Amino acid sequence: MMRFLLPLAAFIVLVGFLAVGLNLKPREVPSPLIGKPAPVFQSQSLHEPERILASKDNLGKVWLLNVWASWCVSCREEHPLLVELAKSGIVPIYGLNYKDKRDLALQWLSQYGDPYTISVVDPEGRIGIDYGVYGVPETYVIDKNGVIRHKQIGPVTIESLEKKILPLIKELQG
Amino acid sequence: MIPELGNFALILALLLAITQGTLPIIGAARGIPSWIALARPVVQGQFVFLAIAFGCLAYSFVSNDFSVLNVARNSNSELPIQYRIAASWGSHEGSLLLWVFMLAAWSVAVSVFSRHLPDEMVARVLGVMGLVSVGFILFLLVTSNPFDRLFPAALEGSDLNPLLQDPGMVIHPPMLYMGYVGFSVAFAFAIAALISGQMDAAWARWSRPWTTVAWVFLTIGIMLGSWWAYYELGWGGWWFWDPVENASFLPWLVGTALVHSLAVTEKRGSFKSWTVLLAICAFSLSLLGTFLVRSGVLTSVHAFATDPTRGVFILAFLVIVIGSSLLLFAWRAPKVGLGGKFDLVSRESMLLANNLLLMVAAGSVLLGTLYPLIMDSLDLGKISVGPPYFEAVFVPLMTPAIFLMGLGPLARWKQASLPELMLRLRWAFGVSVITALLMPFVMGEWKPLVSFGLLLAFWIIATIFVSIQQRLRNSGQGGLFAKLAKQSRSYYSMHLAHLGIAIFIIGVTLVNGYETEKDVRMEIGSTVTMGGYTFRFNGASPVSGPNYKAMRGDIDVLRNGEKIRVMQPEKRTYNASGMAMTEPAIDTGFLRDLYVAMGEPLENGAWVVRVYHKPFVDWIWFGCLLMAFGGMLAVTDRRYRLKMHSKHVETAAVEDGKRVTNNNTGLATGGRKA
Repeated sequence: MMRFLLPLAAFIVLVGFLAVGLNLKPREVPSPLIGKPAPVFQSQSLHEPERILASKDNLGKVWLLNVWASWCVSCREEHPLLVELAKSGIVPIYGLNYKDKRDLALQWLSQYGDPYTISVVDPEGRIGIDYGVYGVPETYVIDKNGVIRHKQIGPVTIESLEKKILPLIKELQG
Repeated sequence: MIPELGNFALILALLLAITQGTLPIIGAARGIPSWIALARPVVQGQFVFLAIAFGCLAYSFVSNDFSVLNVARNSNSELPIQYRIAASWGSHEGSLLLWVFMLAAWSVAVSVFSRHLPDEMVARVLGVMGLVSVGFILFLLVTSNPFDRLFPAALEGSDLNPLLQDPGMVIHPPMLYMGYVGFSVAFAFAIAALISGQMDAAWARWSRPWTTVAWVFLTIGIMLGSWWAYYELGWGGWWFWDPVENASFLPWLVGTALVHSLAVTEKRGSFKSWTVLLAICAFSLSLLGTFLVRSGVLTSVHAFATDPTRGVFILAFLVIVIGSSLLLFAWRAPKVGLGGKFDLVSRESMLLANNLLLMVAAGSVLLGTLYPLIMDSLDLGKISVGPPYFEAVFVPLMTPAIFLMGLGPLARWKQASLPELMLRLRWAFGVSVITALLMPFVMGEWKPLVSFGLLLAFWIIATIFVSIQQRLRNSGQGGLFAKLAKQSRSYYSMHLAHLGIAIFIIGVTLVNGYETEKDVRMEIGSTVTMGGYTFRFNGASPVSGPNYKAMRGDIDVLRNGEKIRVMQPEKRTYNASGMAMTEPAIDTGFLRDLYVAMGEPLENGAWVVRVYHKPFVDWIWFGCLLMAFGGMLAVTDRRYRLKMHSKHVETAAVEDGKRVTNNNTGLATGGRKA
């Protein structure tokens, strides 16, 4: 009898691991950049190509860097939330328009709304490489000293906003 | 309207599935004939409603109804019609609907081809399949309804994943699912046997053809997936040990063990509880595969739709199905008994050893697939297990298995003599060693691993020859062809499938040993030479497809200065998703493939181009086809056709399979005509 129970026992152990695994997020690969100064960049603004934005201009305030593209489907999912967040005026959102075409990006913003204080362009994805972007969308919380404090991989959700991002911003601003 | 009809049909199918999963089983336990008789009509009704549901979904895709969420997410009005149909099963929801639809199709097949089975048995088997169906339809309705509406409706859909827009991908998932779901029949037979406590050679004979057919589908499904990865992903690889690939490979390994173990149970009455356990395992791994792919516990290139709430549902379902069947196994299997005895050296012992090796291999693949998850669960860090682990574990396990594969068919049942076997096989061994040592020189360079791989392949081929030769010698009078015709199909099918393994090994060994690959910058008019072929780049030009734009390279292939063909690899950008795809050009040949893929554009019309020369790579898939063909041949063996007409033969067949096939030639031809 005992040995006939072995397969069941093995299965129960397996289920234990699967159950724990379900609550983990395999996509949450810890970013080595958290707690490190945000990589410095300097690039054209999406709306006014002659205007150059440098990341050091943002020193002294807490800001979000949101990586987006017009070809990205999940960006459409998080976009209404970002628009609302921008309206609330809690935190400025800067966009990094990643590997995109200017006309498509502008059209996309006029269609779905523009939550960004400024969007900078990254047509070749160079800035993206510095930041370790491996999927769009991604969102970074950067503090007053220009240090990355949090990285959200995938679309921003109400839950992630309320549980993690907003409390963190409040703490950093305070 | 149409999607609501589909939804309604799905709900009706659920109600029928609940009926199918309860009344016939209770009826069989209590001996209520009318409840037992309910099984067949209910199965057929469920099939009809699932067919309606599936038809409604396909219709929504074909008619571009973007008010259905599933359609809006996975289709686009520019998508060609064949891919719009395929998109019905390209999404998570659709693929699950396909899963239950196939389960219903298998159930109908069981209800039709089971006239010779006792009614209680059919009621139990169909009942178990009904319970599985209940779980899946509930899953669909509760967490992943394919008919959910989108309000307001989208004007345009976001397109099917471009990776899936390919003919190979149209048939790969249905084939794979036919295999996964097919194991549910073997599973249902096993559970029915455990419930009834009745488990004899006749039981093995009933479930054997079903298992073989499922195994054939799974083989073809995996082959198509591997072939698709080869020509579509543009990396030139054919197997990546990706979690999703492993999820299909695990049931295959266990299914292979099950096919062999069933053979022993049928012919010798041994391995009974082991066979039942394998049947439970094969189906459990099919379910686990679905769980791994659909729940998001593992990251993979295949992760199309992942959602933890779905994961919780599937995990609960897994616990109920697998947990209760293993519990039933622990409770009832001791009564089933072990069956006939056999010696340490016998065909049984070799099959058992092979079974164990296959199971250990499956176990280590499972471990490698889940290891990152286990480490993560125990908070030991995030790691990933790559091909080096799988190759290091898999090859040493398969080596003795392949050696036994040559010995087994020649060994006697019950008791064999090792010295006699060695005597019979010394030529086969000598020939395979010598050829394996010499062959690499023909290919141009001697490599130890190549020689070793070829040894395994030639050993299989040589033992097949010895087996056939000795079998013919013992087949009495008559000419060569008369003797050949006398052997049963199941005998040939075994050798054909084994030959498929040999061909597969040759392909893998030679492509790993001798493939060459170059990543070159090509200016217009420049050439690169590889494996005796010269590739000349004539530049790239824009072309546009139905739903994509592409740059198409134009490359002449020259051999000895003569142009033998033009290759046109493409780099596509899909309109709706903006995704870039590499569409390599492949020149397929019997002895080699030429494979060209476009990399990145450079200035002045130059491109980075990847060129591969892959000797014998197609033998990999040809070997898989031979295995599948062997399986098909086994199912058409006359003893299965025979039993449709004469029930009484079964009991005699159990005594001695060989005698029955020889004595009943007349009957069998009668059966074939009818």
